[in-house]
Amino acid sequence: MTLTIAIITGIVFGLGAVLLVKFGNPGNYGFCAACQLRDIAGALGIHKVATLQYARPEILGWVLGAFGIAKINGEFQPRGGSSPLIRFILGATMMIGALAFLGCPLRGIMRLAAGDLNGLTGLVGFVAGIAAGIAFLKNGYSLGRAKIYTSTLPSISGYASVFAALILVFAVSTNAGYLNFSAKGPGAMHAPIFISLIAGLLAGFFAQRTRMCLSGGVRDYILVRDTQMLIIYGVMFVAALIGNLYFGFFKLGFTGQPLAHDMHLWNFLGLFLTGLAATLAGGCPLRQLIMSGEGNTDAMFCILGMLAGAGIAHGFNAAGSPVGLAINGQIAVSAGLVITAGIGLKYRENFSFMNKGA
Amino acid sequence: MEKVLDLRGLSCPIPLIRTKDSLTVCDSLTVLVDEMPAKENIIKYVKSQGWQTECINKGREFELKIRKINSL
Repeated sequence: MTLTIAIITGIVFGLGAVLLVKFGNPGNYGFCAACQLRDIAGALGIHKVATLQYARPEILGWVLGAFGIAKINGEFQPRGGSSPLIRFILGATMMIGALAFLGCPLRGIMRLAAGDLNGLTGLVGFVAGIAAGIAFLKNGYSLGRAKIYTSTLPSISGYASVFAALILVFAVSTNAGYLNFSAKGPGAMHAPIFISLIAGLLAGFFAQRTRMCLSGGVRDYILVRDTQMLIIYGVMFVAALIGNLYFGFFKLGFTGQPLAHDMHLWNFLGLFLTGLAATLAGGCPLRQLIMSGEGNTDAMFCILGMLAGAGIAHGFNAAGSPVGLAINGQIAVSAGLVITAGIGLKYRENFSFMNKGA
Repeated sequence: MEKVLDLRGLSCPIPLIRTKDSLTVCDSLTVLVDEMPAKENIIKYVKSQGWQTECINKGREFELKIRKINSL
């Protein structure tokens, strides 16, 4: 990855997200893997919150953009089979944590760039969660090996998320009757579909090229002091900050922020859980979507888990809201932490050298 | 005897962690990976340490030969 591509990627995400808000998305909600998957879950009827239902074309664009460039570069490769059920569970806990905070770590950066200081609390929790995940990785944590699919039918399954994204893009563009559309609330606020889709395609293209991963960037810095990915976040933050100041979206403080609450402990623990689960699942919510476009069926299971996690969070009234995180949500995050840490402790694999020629 | 580490199919960043750990106990190592990001991460790490690496493409897989010899 060259510095130029890193800078362009940061601008596409940072400025792109602000422009999407300008064109109609809710506040600090241009790109967000967790909230936008939650809205897709609503559109599909996985949860029943009438104000959070819209098949967001942005993240569908991520999948399609990543697929397109991976296919062109010969990097599309159907593969999978590394503990899909555990990845499903990790996807669910990743989502429960993100919905307690009200956003994936990407939205954490966007929120901070609009002056929402709760974003900082969440991001500190996210970094701590990644550090905890690394401790498990260093102790031999592994979900086992994925295999490259060679026979026809498994290979076709590598296209599943691309098919799903195409169907959803078609359905949302044609106001299909089998999708739910919010009449009011955040789900009713969105940029024109083609703008959302083009922004998403561009973002997916660059995210695939740079292997952008919110947990990966922090993780690589902790592990080997690699700062390349951090440059993307820095540029993204500055680009979004400039955009927010220009359009008058910037407002510094903890209270009265769009789609946010200021229960510090739960903002911290929410993204802590997301960071931990993302590290154990091999990538943040954004990266899982990108990998699904590259044909990785394990990432698809993680995304299905995220959709289910949105259903659990909203079905049990356990998601955060501008009022805060109610007791159900606090129980859900605590349970998520226990389950995720349990997975981190129990799934291990020993490695040994093999002899040349073996 | 040359040490070989089979890291194919392992999720990110396990290939990098295993390579890094193994290089603390040996001076030359061959690793097998089958994902582009894993290959890129390992090469980036090895180069950042100033060591030598050679990558052989074997279809969908990559064989990385790493030597802890300063390339300068």
